[in-house]
Amino acid sequence: MLEVEDLRVTYGGAVEALRGVTLAVPDGKVVAVLGSNGAGKTTLLRAVSSVLRLHRGRVESGSVTFDGKSLLGKDPSQVVDLGLVQVPEGRRIFSRLTVEENLRAGGMGARDKSAKKAAQQRVYDLFPVLAERRTGRAGLLSGGEQQMLAIGRALMAAPKVLLLDEPSLGLAPRIIGQIGEIIHEINRQGTSVLLVEQNATMALEVADLAYVLDVGEVSLQGDAKELAATDEVQKLYLGHGSDADEVHAVVSTGKTLSRWTA
Amino acid sequence: MTLFLSLLLNGLSLGALYALIALGFSVIFKASEVVSFMHGSLLLFGAYTTARLAADLPFGVAVLLGIGLTAGVGLLVERLLINRLRGSSVISLAILTIGVDIILVTELTRRIGSDILNMPAPWGGDVIRIGDVGITTNRAYAMLVAAVLIALFFAAFRFSDWGVAMRANAEDGETAALMGIKPGRVSALAWVVGAGLAAVAGLFLVGSPTPGVAPGIQAVALRAFPAAILGGLDSTGGALVGGLIIGLAESFASGYQDQILFLGRGFGDVVPYVVMILVLLVRPSGLFGTRELTRV
Repeated sequence: MLEVEDLRVTYGGAVEALRGVTLAVPDGKVVAVLGSNGAGKTTLLRAVSSVLRLHRGRVESGSVTFDGKSLLGKDPSQVVDLGLVQVPEGRRIFSRLTVEENLRAGGMGARDKSAKKAAQQRVYDLFPVLAERRTGRAGLLSGGEQQMLAIGRALMAAPKVLLLDEPSLGLAPRIIGQIGEIIHEINRQGTSVLLVEQNATMALEVADLAYVLDVGEVSLQGDAKELAATDEVQKLYLGHGSDADEVHAVVSTGKTLSRWTA
Repeated sequence: MTLFLSLLLNGLSLGALYALIALGFSVIFKASEVVSFMHGSLLLFGAYTTARLAADLPFGVAVLLGIGLTAGVGLLVERLLINRLRGSSVISLAILTIGVDIILVTELTRRIGSDILNMPAPWGGDVIRIGDVGITTNRAYAMLVAAVLIALFFAAFRFSDWGVAMRANAEDGETAALMGIKPGRVSALAWVVGAGLAAVAGLFLVGSPTPGVAPGIQAVALRAFPAAILGGLDSTGGALVGGLIIGLAESFASGYQDQILFLGRGFGDVVPYVVMILVLLVRPSGLFGTRELTRV
């Protein structure tokens, strides 16, 4: 189980990105973290993967543990060895490498040859399109294929927990649906998932538990299905509910300035 | 025609040696973002230790030890200095290597003193003749060894785990780290390879027709710098092509000295830099320097 407790993170010693965040990813579950830009979602994943240093970020207090072992102060490669692998925001595939080389780069930590083969087979089974294009340059894949490659690359390390940073970013709705199904399938095969998303519809559909981050703090948490039904989430993230109608009404009556002058 | 062929052959051989050095530059730059100005001293160190060791040991053993020791110096510099300053600006790291270079060269110059230290290669100053075209055995072997090493290097770079890790790390260091690739290991290996290649080049550069191990050989190594730059510093293929171009240009400029006398004597020494400037005017990032290949 991945546990984050009362985590405070600052950038450059000044900007406070996380202000006491506590959350847990139980084994075998999909946990979604929702939040708008600047809520601290990516910072949370950076803290888990131990790459805050590269961004002049620092953990001020709190703890990040996996199965009781602290992840703070570890090298990023040690975190990977423990079984937590991140799919970074914006995919960040190695565009000048081939598809196959990207996958190899993901499986570098594993010593065992047969385990590597098995991991690669699993990735090709999940994403047949990657098998078709294995010798092509990764930079020439479409956006959706690149996201699949990024996920596949992370799976090469046979992670216990997969950390996904906005996999839906910049993808067409149909592809986002596919990504959701893939996350579901990966989880069914026994990998826990920490899914950071702005696309609440997809995230809440695949997640068991969900947290809402708001400017560095957890503002809501609970069962994903229940959370999806709450007013706040409906209004803020799912784009429907009474408030949206009100705004629309104001616009249509031409009283747009009233909010500012009031 | 004989002159032409002879210059071509010698130019290729010289170019192959430059390519070896330039490959080292390039691989170190890719792995650790350090422009290594200490390659000249590594080369000198390799040649010096080999020549000294060969006085007491069989030549082959001395060569292997010399290359190994030079690679060790590369590793030491990476571990003790470069690795600890990871993330510093490219400029300060480059200046750091200049500092190490000065220290190494000063010490080696002191040790060499006024000695004339010959590389006791078994082939000595022999010359191979193919018809009228001649090349020293040393340079012929140089070409052969360089070709084999370059081929091995490219095979490793393309197919081995190290090569994949190196290229992934060069393209996006943070993501490579997220995948569990250890940047320190990639960089350390690059320094070992870079220093080792420089030592091999040094071995042959101090052999016939060059007269022995002298501190001046370090300036020769600097000519591999334009080779790496004109090929595109972050391109290993560019280092190879750049090395050959510089080698040929230098060979021809020296050989046809009389025909281009209006440019002055000793133009051969200048020509690598002239070629580099001309190439950079047309292609600012070198012949094979990074051009973005992305699909948005």
